[in-house]
Amino acid sequence: MKLSETKVDQIGVQERVARLQSRSIKAESKKEALTLALSMIDLTTLEGRDSPNKVRQLCYKATHLHESFPGLPHVAAICVYAPMISTAKQALQDSKVKVAAVATAFPSGMTSLETKLDEVKQAAQDGADEIDMVISRGRFLSGDFDYVAEEISRVKEACGSAHLKVILETGELVTLDNVRTASDIAMAAGADFIKTSTGKIQPAATPEVTLVMMQAIQDFYRKHGRKVGLKPAGGISKSKQAIQYLVMLRETLGQDWLHPDLFRFGASSLANDILMQVVKQNTGIYQSTSYFSLD
Amino acid sequence: MTIENYSQNTQADWTYDPAPQSVEHVNIHDSYELFIDGKFTASKSESYRDSINPATEKTLTKVAEAGVEDVDLAVDAARHAYEGPWSQMTASERGKFLFRIARMIQERSRELAIVESLDGGKPIRESRDVDIPLAAAHFFYYAGWADKLDYAFPGRQAQSVGVAAQIIPWNFPLLMAAWKIAPALATGNTLVLKPAETTPLTAMILADIIREADLPPGVVNIVTGDGDLGKQLVRHPGIDKIAFTGSTTVGKDIMRALAGKDKRFTLELGGKAANIIFADAAIDQAIEGIVNSIFFNQGHVCCAGSRLFVEESVAKEVTQKLRERMETLIVGDPLDKNTDIGAINSIDQLKRIQSYVEIGQQEGGELYQSSCILPDTGYWHAPTLFSNVSQSHRIVQEEIFGPVLAIQTFRTVDEVIEKANNTPYGLSGGVWTDKGAKIFKVTRNIRAGVIWANTFNKFDPSSPFGGYKESGMGREGGVEGLLPYLNLTTNTR
Repeated sequence: MKLSETKVDQIGVQERVARLQSRSIKAESKKEALTLALSMIDLTTLEGRDSPNKVRQLCYKATHLHESFPGLPHVAAICVYAPMISTAKQALQDSKVKVAAVATAFPSGMTSLETKLDEVKQAAQDGADEIDMVISRGRFLSGDFDYVAEEISRVKEACGSAHLKVILETGELVTLDNVRTASDIAMAAGADFIKTSTGKIQPAATPEVTLVMMQAIQDFYRKHGRKVGLKPAGGISKSKQAIQYLVMLRETLGQDWLHPDLFRFGASSLANDILMQVVKQNTGIYQSTSYFSLD
Repeated sequence: MTIENYSQNTQADWTYDPAPQSVEHVNIHDSYELFIDGKFTASKSESYRDSINPATEKTLTKVAEAGVEDVDLAVDAARHAYEGPWSQMTASERGKFLFRIARMIQERSRELAIVESLDGGKPIRESRDVDIPLAAAHFFYYAGWADKLDYAFPGRQAQSVGVAAQIIPWNFPLLMAAWKIAPALATGNTLVLKPAETTPLTAMILADIIREADLPPGVVNIVTGDGDLGKQLVRHPGIDKIAFTGSTTVGKDIMRALAGKDKRFTLELGGKAANIIFADAAIDQAIEGIVNSIFFNQGHVCCAGSRLFVEESVAKEVTQKLRERMETLIVGDPLDKNTDIGAINSIDQLKRIQSYVEIGQQEGGELYQSSCILPDTGYWHAPTLFSNVSQSHRIVQEEIFGPVLAIQTFRTVDEVIEKANNTPYGLSGGVWTDKGAKIFKVTRNIRAGVIWANTFNKFDPSSPFGGYKESGMGREGGVEGLLPYLNLTTNTR
C-alpha cells in the first residue's frame, strides 16, 4: 500500500475545530446531547489490578447509571481486558450492553502476529462482542504500511462475528497526516470502527485528531459505501467536551453517525460528569459528586 | 474516485435550539446626532434617516442627516483642532489617546458587537470574534507607532497632512472606522468621518467613546448621511486628504473630482478575487477556506474569493463536498450565537444580489443553493453556487458583494494564473496547495494586493491591505498605512 494521497492541513483543522467548538448548545438540544452521549459510552476499566468484582460493579453501573433518575439510557458497552470477558458477559446477560475486549498485546502491540491472532480468537470465543485491537505503530512509523494493513485484516478474520475496533494510538503517530494515513489503512483492511487511543499514551483523543478521522470516514463512505464507526478514547471526561464531539460529528458525518452503532466515547469518568449535568438540567442544581457512584 | 450522492441529513433528529445573545444591557437611543467639535450636535437641516435592522425590517433608531452647513462646521472644527491642540501635542501624548480608545473599545466590546449585528445583520459570532477585536487591535497597533515615526522612516522627517475626510462602507462599520481613524490620529492629523447610511450606529458609540476618552474637541468629527454627503466632503476645500473605502464606481468619481487638485487620497475599492484550489491541496481544509472566502459576512467583503478555480481532476469532489458543507451552514437570526450567515445588509443590496443570480441563470450558469429555510421578514439570501460558467459571464466579471460563488475549472498553473489576472480588479486572492514552490509561483504572478496561501480572509493590523488596478490605490494597515497621512521630508539635520 502506498502513502495516502489525502493531505491534511494542521492549521486548517485547528481553525475548523475552534469554529465548531464555538457552537452554543442550549435547552432541549443540550439534554438530548447529554442523553445521547451517555448511550455512546464504552465504560472502561483497563488496569492490571482489575478484579472480577470491579468488573461486576461496572456492569451494574452500565445498566443503572443513576437510580434516583429513571429513564436514562444504558451505556453502549463496557470495555475490559480479555480475562474479564466471561465475568462481564455473565453480568450483562439480560441487557443490551455489549462487551468489548482489548486485545493484540494491548496497549503496545509488541508481540508476534501469531500470538495476537490467538489472543483475538480466544477473546471472540469467550464471547466478546467487540474487539479493540492496537496497530503496530513501530511498523507504521517505519513506513511498513503493508504489514499494518495485513495485520489488521488477519485480526479481522480472527474476530469472526465480533466487531473490530482498530486503535491507531494517535499520540504516537504525532502528525495529522499520519492519522489520516493510518485511518485509511485501517478502514481498507476491514475495521468496523477506528479508535483514537488506548488511553495509556498522552495525548489521547483530541478534537483535531478526531476531526481528521471523521473526514477519513466520510471519504471512505463516499468511495465504498460502507459506514465505519469512530471512537475517540481517553481524555474526554467532561460533558462539555462530549457535546463538542457530538457537534463535530453532526456537522461532519451527519445525523446517521449520531448513534451508538457508529460512535462511541471511550471513557471512565465521563459518565458521572454527564449524569451531574443531566440532574442539573432537570432540577437546576448541581448535586455533590458524593451522590454519584464511583463504579 | 467515485462520488455518490450522500445527504448529510443534518436537518433531522438532533438539532440546535436557539442560543440568542442577550441584548439586555444594550441601550440604543431614540435618535443620534452629529458628532462635531466634541459635542453631539443636531443637524442644521433637522432631518433624520431611520436606521433599519435588516433581520427584522424594524426601525432601530433615527440618525441625523448632515447638510452643507454641518459639513462646514465639522471641517472647521477639525481645522481648529489640527492647528490648535492636536499638532502641538507630543506624539507620545497622542499615542496615549489611541491606547485609551483601544481599551475602551475592548471594555464595550459586547455592546459594540450586538449593535453591529443589529444594525448591519452580520452574525454575532463574527462581530464578537472578528470585527470588534480587530477594531481594538487596529487602535492598539497604531497607538504604538504614534511616537515612533522617526523609526518607521529613518532619515526622514514625518509631518502630518492636515484634515482628512474619511468615507467608509457598511460591510465592516466599526472596523473600517478603526482602519481610517487610528492611522490618521497616530500621525497627527484630524478628521471628519462619514459612516455608511445603513450602518451608522457603532460609529456613534465610537463617538461616545472618543468623547469619554477626552480627545480634544474637533480632532474626530463624525457626520452621518448618504452618498451626497460623501460627495460634499470629497469636494470640500478645507480637506487635505481623502480616504475612501467603497465601490469602484464611486472611487472613479472621486478621482475625477480630485483631478488637478492638491489633495492626497487613498481608495480601497471593489474586488473579484480568484481562490485557486490545486489537486494536491488538503481538500477538506480547502472546503473550509472556500466557505470562509465567500460566505464570511454574507459575502459583503471586498476581498471575498468570489471566483473559485478548481483543478479539473478534483472539481467534482470539491463541488460535491462544498454542497454538503453548505447544507450545514446555519442561516438566520444574526443574534443567535450559532448563526453562520446573517441578514443581507439592506433591501437595495438584496435586490442587487438577486438580480445577479437571475443574470447568472440567464447566462446558462448551473445554480445550486443550500436548502436552508429563510425567515419570512428581513433581507436574506441563501448561500449560492454557480458552476458551468466562464470568464465571459457577467457573474464572473462583476462584483456581486453577496453569498454567490462562481466555480470554474483549470488544468495548468499558467492557465489559472492567466484567468485569475483576467479581471479589472486586483484586491486579493487565495491559493491552496501542499507544494510550497507552487505557492510562490502563483502568488508572484497574480496581480493582487494580498494573496493568502492555504487560508483566506486573514486580517492583521500589521499587514498592509489594498488593491491593484481598479481595486484601488494606497495601502491601509502596517507601516505602509502611515504613509497616506504623512508628508515625508529629508532630514537635513
